[in-house]
Parts: sequence; C-alpha cells; structure tokens
Amino acid sequence: MDRAAAGSREVTGGVLWQIAVGFAAVSLISVGGGIAVIPEMSRLVVDVHGWMDQARFTQLFALAQAAPGPNILVVGLIGWHVAGLAGMLVATAAMTLPSGLLAYGVFRLRRRLAGNMGLRLVEKGLVPIALGLIMAAGAILAQKATGGWLTAALVAGSTLFVWRTERSPLWVIGLGAGIGALFL
Amino acid sequence: MPDLAPPPTLGQLCLAYLKIGLLGFGGVNVWARRVLVEERRWITEQDYAEVLGLGQALPGPNALNVAIQLGERWHGARGALAAPAALFAGPLAVLAGLAVAHDRYGELPLVQSVLAGTAAAAAGMVIGTGLKMVQNLRPSLPMVAVGLCALAGALLRLPLPAIVLGLGPLGIAAAWWTARRRAAAK
Repeated sequence: MDRAAAGSREVTGGVLWQIAVGFAAVSLISVGGGIAVIPEMSRLVVDVHGWMDQARFTQLFALAQAAPGPNILVVGLIGWHVAGLAGMLVATAAMTLPSGLLAYGVFRLRRRLAGNMGLRLVEKGLVPIALGLIMAAGAILAQKATGGWLTAALVAGSTLFVWRTERSPLWVIGLGAGIGALFL
Repeated sequence: MPDLAPPPTLGQLCLAYLKIGLLGFGGVNVWARRVLVEERRWITEQDYAEVLGLGQALPGPNALNVAIQLGERWHGARGALAAPAALFAGPLAVLAGLAVAHDRYGELPLVQSVLAGTAAAAAGMVIGTGLKMVQNLRPSLPMVAVGLCALAGALLRLPLPAIVLGLGPLGIAAAWWTARRRAAAK
C-alpha cells in the first residue's frame, strides 16, 4: 500500500480497534523486548491486515532504529502509516500498557520480597543472560550496518571508544553521521 | 566503583529519563546505563544489570520495564508512571516529525548515508557497553558460560522466551555456585 492510498483511506474506529487489539497481544508475548517480536509484528501488519508490504515494513523499522528512543517505537511509525496521529498514539499505548501493567505488578511483589535469598539468586542468575542478549543485539546490529571496510572500521572504533573511555557515546554517533554524509 | 549519589527526586528522575529517551540512539538500554550508573550514580553496575535482567525476563520493551521498576522503587506508582512517560515523550515527538520528513525526504541519498554511518556507530556503542559491563561485573566462569550460551542462542535467532526459560535455571545455578565459592573463600 502506498502513502497516497493510506492517506486517503478513511480512518475508522475499526482500524484503530484492530491496531489496539493486535499490538496489545504482541505486547504480552514480547519477552526479551520489542525487537524479539519483529517477526510476529510483520506477520500481523503485512500478512494478516495487509496494511503495508514487507519492504515498507523493513524501511519503517530502519527509521525507528536510526531515531532516538526505544526501538519499539516502530509500532508508532506503523500506526502513523495506517491511521495518522491517532494510529501512532493507539499503537504505542497498546504495545506498552499491557506489558507495563504486568511488569508493575511483578516489581511491587519483588520489593515486598526484597532480600529473600532465593529471589537474590534468580536476579543474579538473570544477569549473564542480560549481558549475552546485549552482546547479541550489538552483533546483529553490526552485521546489518557493515557494508564495507569503512563501516566495519566505524563499528570497531565506536566499540573501543565506548568500552575504553568515559566520554559520551554521542561523540561517535555524531562522527558516524559525519562520516556517513561525507563518504558513504 | 565510586559512591552512590542520594536517590533522585521525581523531577530529577523525569529529567534523566527525558534525556535518556532523546539520546537513545541504537537502543535505550545503553543510554539508560550511561546516565543512571555513570553520570548520576543513582544505582550500581550490579544493581542495574539485575534490574535489566528482570526487565528482559518479563514481556515488554526492556527499557520500559527498567523505567517502571526504578520509578516504582524510588517513587511508587507515581514514579512508575512518570519515568516511562518521560522516556517516551521526547522520542514520540521526534518520530512524528521523522514520519513526515521520511515520507518527503526518505529517498534522498544524503539521508541514507547519514543513517548508514549512524547505524554503524550505534552498533559499536552497544558492543562497547556490553564489554564495559562485563569488565565491571567480573562474572565467574560459569556465569560467563551462561552468558555465551545466551549470546549464541540469540545469534541463532532462537525465540527469546526459550532462551530466558532455558538458560534461567542454569544462570541461577551458576549464581548459587558463585555465592558458595565466595562464601567458602572467606
């Protein structure tokens, strides 16, 4: 579906309802974060509802990753594409509220149990998994972003800079944008 | 590790999360750690890693779960609402602007080039942050093994619920082993 068609389509409550229900369901299965449910999201958006084609979906995802903020905001872009500003707000709320409420309940329970030995072990035991998933996210991003020696050097240089110095990572992000504008 | 600062007021917490959201190129977790652990020193590296680990085991965006958890810890229900709102407000506004701009200018070569360079730098930033956390936390060997399994599983694109449920017991066993070893060494 192209922009003109999406823009001229009448935005009805029906579409907003579909967005709300669809993303609320995705929200509750998104263990491991929003990025983990990208395949499920593309199934919902492209196959089930036909709101856009796969190429457009990939483009929107790349845009959300390039922008600041949680990558999960891609749902906002999808909502925008389907139903404008209302779609953006409904999609974002549907993706964040159900899992957020669940998390809130768990965290309150956790504080009541604070100091419990078993709970401490669970918390410590999840730490290496968290670290492994961060490294994997970095590796996957690096693989997607590397398209020649210059981008590979950028990835390596940025890794070293962030790892070995205390300076703000904003420096390398800015440098990356500059190098991209001049040489890529 | 330097001493912790006093816990933030609600306003300070919101400002920090507004900053985290607006800076959050390439994944917010990296920036949340940067601001909360390194800049404001409200929470230790170990504490942050645990909060993040729990946030990853639950459904929902990790950075959002961390914001809810820390907001709740410091300011109860109000904090749990305010920190995520601050986290999302800035980027949503930027994104609305970007959506409009992308429809108009997304195909421009210059835009594509800048995005390509930014993406490469952001990828390195995520890896560098992971290395820094490992360096600060000094995990024991069994913990490293569990971490490497999680890394491998994610690279093989195994479903994340399977990784967390499958490796969780191993991670807990590794934590138990480490605690016993350290107690025995004393």
